[in-house]
Amino acid sequence: MTTDVAVRPAPPPGPPGGGARARSRFSVPGGTALGLGSSVLYLSLIVLIPLAVVAWRSLDEGPGYFWRAVTTPDAWAALTLTIGASALVAVFNLVMGTIIAWVLVRDRFPGKAVVDTLIDLPFALPTIVAGLVLLALYGPESPLGINLAYSRAGVVLALLFVTLPFVVRTVQPVLLELDKEMEQAAASLGASPFQTFRRVILPNLVPAMLSGTALAFTRSIAEFGSTVLISGNLPFKTQVAAVNIFSQIEGDNTTGAAAISTVLLVVALVALVSLDFLQRWGSRRG
Amino acid sequence: MAKYGLRTIAIAYLFFLLVLPVGLIIWRTFGDGLQPVVDALSSPSAVHAFQVTLTVALWAVAANTVFGIGTAVLLVRHSFPGKRLLNALIDLPMAVSPVVVGLALILVYGKFAPVGGLLESWGIQIIFSTPGMVLATVFVALPLVVRAVVPVLEELGDEQEQAAHTLGASRLQAFLRITLPGIRWALAYGIVLCLARSLGEYGAVAVVSGRLVDQTQTLTLFVEERFQNFDQPAAFAAATALALIAVITLLLTKLLRPKG
Repeated sequence: MTTDVAVRPAPPPGPPGGGARARSRFSVPGGTALGLGSSVLYLSLIVLIPLAVVAWRSLDEGPGYFWRAVTTPDAWAALTLTIGASALVAVFNLVMGTIIAWVLVRDRFPGKAVVDTLIDLPFALPTIVAGLVLLALYGPESPLGINLAYSRAGVVLALLFVTLPFVVRTVQPVLLELDKEMEQAAASLGASPFQTFRRVILPNLVPAMLSGTALAFTRSIAEFGSTVLISGNLPFKTQVAAVNIFSQIEGDNTTGAAAISTVLLVVALVALVSLDFLQRWGSRRG
Repeated sequence: MAKYGLRTIAIAYLFFLLVLPVGLIIWRTFGDGLQPVVDALSSPSAVHAFQVTLTVALWAVAANTVFGIGTAVLLVRHSFPGKRLLNALIDLPMAVSPVVVGLALILVYGKFAPVGGLLESWGIQIIFSTPGMVLATVFVALPLVVRAVVPVLEELGDEQEQAAHTLGASRLQAFLRITLPGIRWALAYGIVLCLARSLGEYGAVAVVSGRLVDQTQTLTLFVEERFQNFDQPAAFAAATALALIAVITLLLTKLLRPKG
């Protein structure tokens, strides 16, 4: 969940006091050292050391074992489903997220403020509740007669629900700041609405659209709670990687679980590094 | 025409993906009146799950608030080697699957891990007990307070703090009288996000808690367990309670969100 803070990765904060108190690079005053020590210790004990241990444990019994653990039929099926479904969800979000952001910024209709607030609901709603809610409407007892339970379409639906805000919330601020005069200039020079969109608006939005898509992809790769109920966790059919890891932990196969976890961590890191690259590219162009 | 087309697509999508499912669960929950809901939520297991959830969330929020303020001040007001790295690492929990969070903590603090074994011999149990659930919750909600406070602290500047220092204020006095009031809304925003995330965490807690009914069962675990045991009314009632918390969070963040 979480709203804005999670959506926009912050740029590194600037130097202290506008650089007024320049110090030599390696002399850190006592107060800073104490604070830095506590911060790093906290982060290490809870996040860094445990994650490093996962990567280390995955190679505990040699790279051969790692490879076999990742390519067991059920693990491989779970990984390919996860990556495939995440890619599909990311592309779908790219289109729908941009349309929703566009409507929220450029359109006017009664109740727009409510719709704008609703966008963040998937971040605020616990993932297990999201899964339950979708199962109630699109499950065996569906009042609409649409049953997506225990199917791959159900997995995709759950992922679409939890990733909805990413593209909307990255594109919306860029669209808000976009200079309308450019569009008017294009129109006055004879461009059609489509040409204006294609040549003037879209190039400005692309970096934000892509970073929102990358965030949605990363989130989909990692998703667990919302898929548990609606997917039914059928191995080879609807079991996603996180659920596969979960069942391996339950079965006391921690090395296998660690191997698949490491693959997920690497995929997420690659996506985030590309995101960082995209943002730099975007800010250079902007 | 295109305008109405896009509007219809956007609203229909949100209606079928968000509004209708959430609305249906609330309607089903209250379909038989208020009494079944009250009964379901006042069963001993449900009350216990509420208590566990609150205990875990409050500890996690307290820890992340202290860490969040400290780290935000560090990142904005101080310079040290490796600052960019620390700044990047703080966002790392956002990219990690909740299940991997749970696995990572088990591998370090579990009974059969070196650290966990040592703590166990001192009589401290982390995994399958409250401390482990707090650790898991801290992990997933870690960036929220930092990321809410940093931009406001940057915008605030440090002139007032320096003025306080020249007038003889101690570090603590300057922090309590100048810095803290300056960041209070951003801090409240971060704490609300952190609390909501902590109350709603499912995956990481499912792994480290062992899902022991009436012992380490949080509200989200209660929803799943009741649903799997065909007790739909209880599952729906607890889900609606959690959805209500989510809606309150949304409204609070709307109020508190830093403008601009």
